[in-house]
Amino acid sequence: MKPFAYARASDRDGARAEAADNALYIAGGTNLLDLMKLEVMAPDKLVDINRLDLSELADTDDGGLRIGALVTNSDCAADQRIRRDYPLLSRAILAGASGQLRNKATTGGNLCQRTRCYYFYDTAMPCNKREPGSGCQALAGFNRIHAILGASEACIATYPGDMAVAMTALDARVEIENVDGAIRQIPIQDFHCLPGDNPERDNILENGDLITAVILPRPVEGKQIYRKVRDRASYAFALCSVAAVVQMDRETIAAAALAFGGLAHKPWRDETVEALLVGEKPSAQLFGRAADQLLAEAQGHGSNDFKIPLTRRVMISVLQEATEKGAAA
Amino acid sequence: MTAHHKMDKADSRNRLDDMVQGLVGSPMDRPDGPLKVSGQATYAHEWDVPGMLFGVLARATISKGRVTDVASIPLIGKDGVRAVITDDRLLRRPAQGGADEAPPQGSRQVDYFGQPIALVVADTFEQARHAANILKISYEPMANAAFDPEAEDTPTDKPEDDQLDQGDLDKAMADAPFTVDQVYRTPGHNSAAMEPHCAIASWDGDKLTLRGSYQMLNFNINELADALHIVPENIRMLSPFVGGGFGSKLGISPEAVSAALAAKEIGQPVCVALSRPQVFETTMRRSETRQHVRLACGTDGVLTGLGHECLVSNLPEEEFYEPVTQATHFMYGGKNRKLGIQVARINRTCGGSVRAPGEAVGMQVLENAMDELAEEAGIDPVELRRRNVPDRHPEQDIPYSSRRFIEALDEGAKLFEWHKRNKTPGSLREGDWLVGHGMAGAARVNILSEAKARVTLCADGTAVVETDMTDIGTGTYAILTQIAGDMLGLPASKVETKLGDTDFPAGPGSGGSWGASSAGSAVFLACEEIRKKLAEQIGSEETDLALANGRAGTGESMRSFADILDGQDISAIGHIEPGKTLEEWQQATYGSYFAEVAVNAVTGETRVKRMLGVFGAGRILNEKTATSQCYGGMIWGIGSALTEELVFDDRDGHIVNHDLAEYHVPVNLDVPQIEVVLLEERDALASPIQAKGIGELGICGAAAAVTNAIYNATGIRVRDYPATLDKLLARLPEQ
Ligand SMILES: Cc1cc2nc3c(=O)[nH]c(=O)nc-3n(C[C@H](O)[C@H](O)[C@H](O)COP(=O)(O)OP(=O)(O)OC[C@H]3O[C@@H](n4cnc5c(N)ncnc54)[C@H](O)[C@@H]3O)c2cc1C
Ligand code: SF4
Repeated sequence: MKPFAYARASDRDGARAEAADNALYIAGGTNLLDLMKLEVMAPDKLVDINRLDLSELADTDDGGLRIGALVTNSDCAADQRIRRDYPLLSRAILAGASGQLRNKATTGGNLCQRTRCYYFYDTAMPCNKREPGSGCQALAGFNRIHAILGASEACIATYPGDMAVAMTALDARVEIENVDGAIRQIPIQDFHCLPGDNPERDNILENGDLITAVILPRPVEGKQIYRKVRDRASYAFALCSVAAVVQMDRETIAAAALAFGGLAHKPWRDETVEALLVGEKPSAQLFGRAADQLLAEAQGHGSNDFKIPLTRRVMISVLQEATEKGAAA
Repeated sequence: MTAHHKMDKADSRNRLDDMVQGLVGSPMDRPDGPLKVSGQATYAHEWDVPGMLFGVLARATISKGRVTDVASIPLIGKDGVRAVITDDRLLRRPAQGGADEAPPQGSRQVDYFGQPIALVVADTFEQARHAANILKISYEPMANAAFDPEAEDTPTDKPEDDQLDQGDLDKAMADAPFTVDQVYRTPGHNSAAMEPHCAIASWDGDKLTLRGSYQMLNFNINELADALHIVPENIRMLSPFVGGGFGSKLGISPEAVSAALAAKEIGQPVCVALSRPQVFETTMRRSETRQHVRLACGTDGVLTGLGHECLVSNLPEEEFYEPVTQATHFMYGGKNRKLGIQVARINRTCGGSVRAPGEAVGMQVLENAMDELAEEAGIDPVELRRRNVPDRHPEQDIPYSSRRFIEALDEGAKLFEWHKRNKTPGSLREGDWLVGHGMAGAARVNILSEAKARVTLCADGTAVVETDMTDIGTGTYAILTQIAGDMLGLPASKVETKLGDTDFPAGPGSGGSWGASSAGSAVFLACEEIRKKLAEQIGSEETDLALANGRAGTGESMRSFADILDGQDISAIGHIEPGKTLEEWQQATYGSYFAEVAVNAVTGETRVKRMLGVFGAGRILNEKTATSQCYGGMIWGIGSALTEELVFDDRDGHIVNHDLAEYHVPVNLDVPQIEVVLLEERDALASPIQAKGIGELGICGAAAAVTNAIYNATGIRVRDYPATLDKLLARLPEQ
């Protein structure tokens, strides 16, 4: 671990003021500290934000929920309103990490968690994300957990988290305060970036940007499903996960929001797939076409080729379950 | 006073059965349990040694070549860095189990990626870790490294005394109505013990004290002495508590020697602990295997031929190789046999013993092949095995010592209600889940090892057991206490067992499942000697002596020890040596596994729903700790079947998944309620206490029960372990 300066902020103004060049905020520390021990990340300074007043889970005026950036994963998953109105989110969070980690992990930190690419974690390996321009060792290496959608020659890493996948299907927005105190809200789909030529960049946060909350719109009707496929029953990242919110209007699909985890550098959402489903009667052919659409440009890199047929199967199965008769939330 | 006994003939006296204290066999709690759960058991890294510095090993980032420079100068004296140790005596790899001498030394030569090159020592652990991270090491790489054990140009050799060609297997295969001829693969494993390796070295003049985490101090002390070029008499090693070993701590590892060298050079105690990635990279791996199995049987299911030819790997010059066929030699009959092992020489982390070397992977595959043969021949898998239990060793023509294999099969089948299983693969479905059942046999060679222990019956009526034997989480403290308690007629609370100190008599070490029966026999012999002395003192025969609750006598007149001893302790050393019974009989432990799995018809994820193991391992010394050993083995079996795999990058041989986030050991949710049944057994040929080893038996074939059940659930044979979902996906039912 490289020596670093440490400042504990007591309020937002203080936090932003402390966040100078190469300073990082630290929340639960469950991701950042691991990476610092390995010197995959080596900030000059940490700004501890745990004392900030961002731990509230509050109702919004338009009937949604505002999840403060410091609400822990455990608290969020256990909240009665989340469990009742956004069960998808609760399930996604509980499908991730372990009880101990979820007790420490925060909403803001979870959004920003970095890829689990093996080569990113090993400082002896070339990695464009860790060291821009050094190359991507995963491309021709072992890439079982890597991306099949939206990857680039520079990087095929995935965003590994579960929570954000559910939030993507729920049309959440991320509230961010910049160094000058200006607040903006962006759709969560636009929060994470694709790797392109700049894989060192995971998301749109600029230096000193502080996530203050994630805002959920008012709950929608319909069935919510989170299906996570992984190598062991618990405590493993998703090989593929599907978050679905599907509303039926009698025999036809009235609305469908589908987000996928473990497939890309960001929670993946493809509106053309959803458009293809809306207004149609559920059928094996329809779901097959939707899967074809989703995976039209999918590309495996060797050890992750299986993700293509796997995603297809899981997606079809989730759609079957979501559109089954008598299926309420 | 030493009571020496060589195991040259059977001991059917079953003396422990006559003892009235009633400790042996009972599920007694470990005396060390409360210490462990309350943080009072001091593990290697937890000693507070005054003036201690911290060392972190810097690793090679090439796979083969020479180190041309270690840029120490810019680091030394800055940010707490005290020294960078590049001594020629640094270990290049760990010592093999029982090596008794130093492994290859001198880290200028690089044999594998991750090899330790230098030790950076600093005031704090964090400083040392950072300096080790930025230490610049220059190399002259060599191009001719080999990384793929199966590549054509990878050099291989064959250990001469592990090749068998008996009869004519090709002909047996051609003539038989039913055959299996398949290639299976198992991946490498890491022991992944909870406690990473650690050593704290401190010198007092020429005397070295090394507190570390090791399994076999009796050998480790000589390995360390040899590596440091000093005499073992100048070393004291302490390992009172070891947080798991599974083979990875059988021999000393680089941390031990580097800590000792650094402490000497700097003149202050030095602590060196391995990080989790270092544990993966620089301690022993279980070799991956390729196993070609051929089985031939007649319409009666009786084997006429058996072939088991294996490819394993290790570093050049390492003598150890994974003894894959160890149990295949004696498990089943079949006149025509071809068994052999080939070792590919590759530049990967050193291969060594990992829990049940040989059987863990060999039985796993043999039991898959037996399942395939049962299906070919249309014979129930349990019945096929029953029909192939040989009367005498099929190669050496020697008899077996006690062997409760058939009982384990029958008892397991009964308890599991095997007859109720669905026999048509792929036809039992519950919602999205395909359900299947599978079974497998278990076997592990039994070994008795030379061991000494001192027992003292103190004048105050308590007893102390002392040996440098270790307790690696297995329950040694408990069982030695029980044996001494029974033999001396003392409740467990009056017996103190002291372990893990080379100042004590040399025990057998914990490894190869021999610890309990060997160390237990040494304690037993010492106690017999003490009983003789007691008998003399009260003027009776030892065999007439009744001992219970701190009193001795012959029937009516029971006197307290304090009274009899009259202020004088009685101390004796028990010394057991293996003898003819190990050569003239085939000794092994046996068992059976039964598993029910559910395979997700959509995703191919497998979940084990229930699992049963029935085992016969001689006298059970403590039902609770023995059962726990079996649980542990079966859980690793689940991991072997479904998730565990060391992934090597085929471009440089480095371990890709060198942490517990990506090297998937089973977690709680992967493990169903496991049931373990221990059969009543006394093996008079195994040891004077009629006990055999049980520490490894639980894994020896367990994975096969799971994969055989996957076949029964899906109709898909996965012959390339682990059975991850991607290997099933293509053949799952259409949606
Ligand atoms: C073994 C293991 C298994 C795991 N398994 C899963 C899993 O299956 N699914 C899953 O989803 N996750 C999993 N996780 C990841 C876990 O969810 C994350 O580590 C956790 O959510 C991070 O939250 P934190 O508060 O600890 O973040 P920190 O480690 O404190 O921070 C992470 C990053 O976020 C930044 N940050 C934090 N808060 C803010 C803020 N308010 N504004 C701006 N930036 C901020 C930090 O600067 C840092 O770069 C696993 C983790 C481990 C160690
Ligand atoms: S996939 Fe991305 S994170 Fe992984 S090695 Fe390549 S560049 Fe680095």
